[in-house]
Amino acid sequence: MIFDKHQDTIDDILSRYPVRRSAILPLLNLAQKEEGYVSQAAMREIAGILDLTPPQVFETATFYTMLNLKPIGTFHIQVCRSLMCALVGADPLIEWLRKQLGIGVGQTTGDKLFTLSTVECLGSCGTGPMMQINDDYYERLTEEKVGRILRDLRESGDCSLKSGPFMVPERIVSP
Amino acid sequence: MKTFEKILLTNMDRPGYTGSLSDYEEAGGYKALKTVLGNVPPTDIIEMVKKSGLRGRGGAGFPTGVKWGFIPKDHPGPRYLCCNADESEPGTFKDRQLMERDPHQVLEGIAISCYAIGAQTAYIYIRGEFRLAAKILERAIVEACQAGHLGSDIYGSGVTVHVYVHAGAGAYICGEETALLESLEGKRGKPRTKPPFPATHGLYQKPTVVNNVETLANVPHIVNRGAEWFASIGAPPKSTGTRVFCLSGHVKRPGNYELPVNATFRDLIYELGGGMRSDKPLKAFIPGGASAPFLTPDHVDVQMDFESVALAGSMSGSGGITVMEEGTSMVWAALRLMEFFYHESCGKCTPCREGSSWIVQILQRILNKQGRPEDLRTLTEICENIGGRTVCAFGDAEIAPVQSTLKYWRNEYEALIEEAEALKGSRKEIPVLSLA
Repeated sequence: MIFDKHQDTIDDILSRYPVRRSAILPLLNLAQKEEGYVSQAAMREIAGILDLTPPQVFETATFYTMLNLKPIGTFHIQVCRSLMCALVGADPLIEWLRKQLGIGVGQTTGDKLFTLSTVECLGSCGTGPMMQINDDYYERLTEEKVGRILRDLRESGDCSLKSGPFMVPERIVSP
Repeated sequence: MKTFEKILLTNMDRPGYTGSLSDYEEAGGYKALKTVLGNVPPTDIIEMVKKSGLRGRGGAGFPTGVKWGFIPKDHPGPRYLCCNADESEPGTFKDRQLMERDPHQVLEGIAISCYAIGAQTAYIYIRGEFRLAAKILERAIVEACQAGHLGSDIYGSGVTVHVYVHAGAGAYICGEETALLESLEGKRGKPRTKPPFPATHGLYQKPTVVNNVETLANVPHIVNRGAEWFASIGAPPKSTGTRVFCLSGHVKRPGNYELPVNATFRDLIYELGGGMRSDKPLKAFIPGGASAPFLTPDHVDVQMDFESVALAGSMSGSGGITVMEEGTSMVWAALRLMEFFYHESCGKCTPCREGSSWIVQILQRILNKQGRPEDLRTLTEICENIGGRTVCAFGDAEIAPVQSTLKYWRNEYEALIEEAEALKGSRKEIPVLSLA
């Protein structure tokens, strides 16, 4: 069972809501963190925990775009394609990433390392173009910077270029 | 360079300010909460916020004190406060900064607001992508509970406030207050029909207030410095205080800038934002997030308060200003925003669900030089049949980019359609339409 080792976390989550169903999203997010995607088995297990029917959990899960209902690569690259990022160069960057990874948008590399997606606005419009990889934001992207991010992730699974807490404009060094 | 008084960004502007509890307390944090708990009756706080003129900073601009006043006084059961941190209006990124750099300012605002409306539980509904902000808030809540600023019987006053962070999972519509409540209840995030309003039938059908992050962050300052002080800033009596405006697009220094609400677009774009990034002049700007109709260079001297922007034919919305330089295709810009709305429509109301996909298809074919002479009339008619015909404000939002670009840059649409007409004879392939 996916959630067995997380009993404490689950108890904590359930204690926050007077109605158990409210815990669906927290538990779906937990499942995705654990397995990289939300499996059918996980959704059935959540239904069991919350005294719901499996379709009630499927119904909610299929509404939210962040929940991957199929397995994806280790690193999920999500590049913002909305207007604000597009004005400052998101489209050529997506094209460049596609060529670098040798895959199309929505596909996963053969080594199952990278999945490339385009997404709508991630709330980082002043620092575009930007992307999110798993939990981390990467902002003010250039081809060179993205190249280094891909290399670092391949080699060590982590990259120091990820964003920290939001900086006020005066402290951001102009590119 | 002009200087503007700041309220919300004052702390984080100090060198070395980390947003930790000790930093916040040193800057005078939680003083407002200590002052009001047990000493000032909740109704007085509601009156104070009403008098301050504070209006919702999420987009709709509804007077905050009035919203709080709708909570039934004699309701015996639990009430809830939901802090709307779903920030997903394209062009807006202020709440992220407020949460990541000064989380306790938000928490103090939540605690005071809970006391004012008699809620013991507050949920911060934060968009799923903001993992870092959620982590920072979670840590701040633990700190605040340990220091006795949150939790049971705060400062021995008998007042209890529990705050929980609830992460969404990627749905723009969950920023709409009733969709947010549905999502928080573990359902698909589809807006509810109103009335009844959340003030009487909100979360779990209990009296509920939903306020934006920035709105709540203003509350401690109003308590500390008085309603009159707040009401004297900006464009009283209707639009008061400051706002954190988010500047993006073709400017030299994009970012968040806090200004009194009566500052002009010129102040923001040229004074603080450093003007256009290249020698190309300003062509268009969006004054309040993707849902606000486009404005033109003729409007840069308009004040950014709710009334002035409305008079100019748009809305101040979420305070996200996106600037476009000469050479940007307005048909392309409208399509990009329309693709966003098509992607994010929750599908509940037919005009919005179907209309958004039709508009995307028509804009795509116009941009691909396959437009038809009747397309502009069709676009206008589709927009007219969406506006005001949906359960929530999403329908009115999604037609804004199309209607406003058709109004100001109709010639760009017409030129593309004329090109398509000229190409008609030479083209062999059958137009294939695809949705992104």
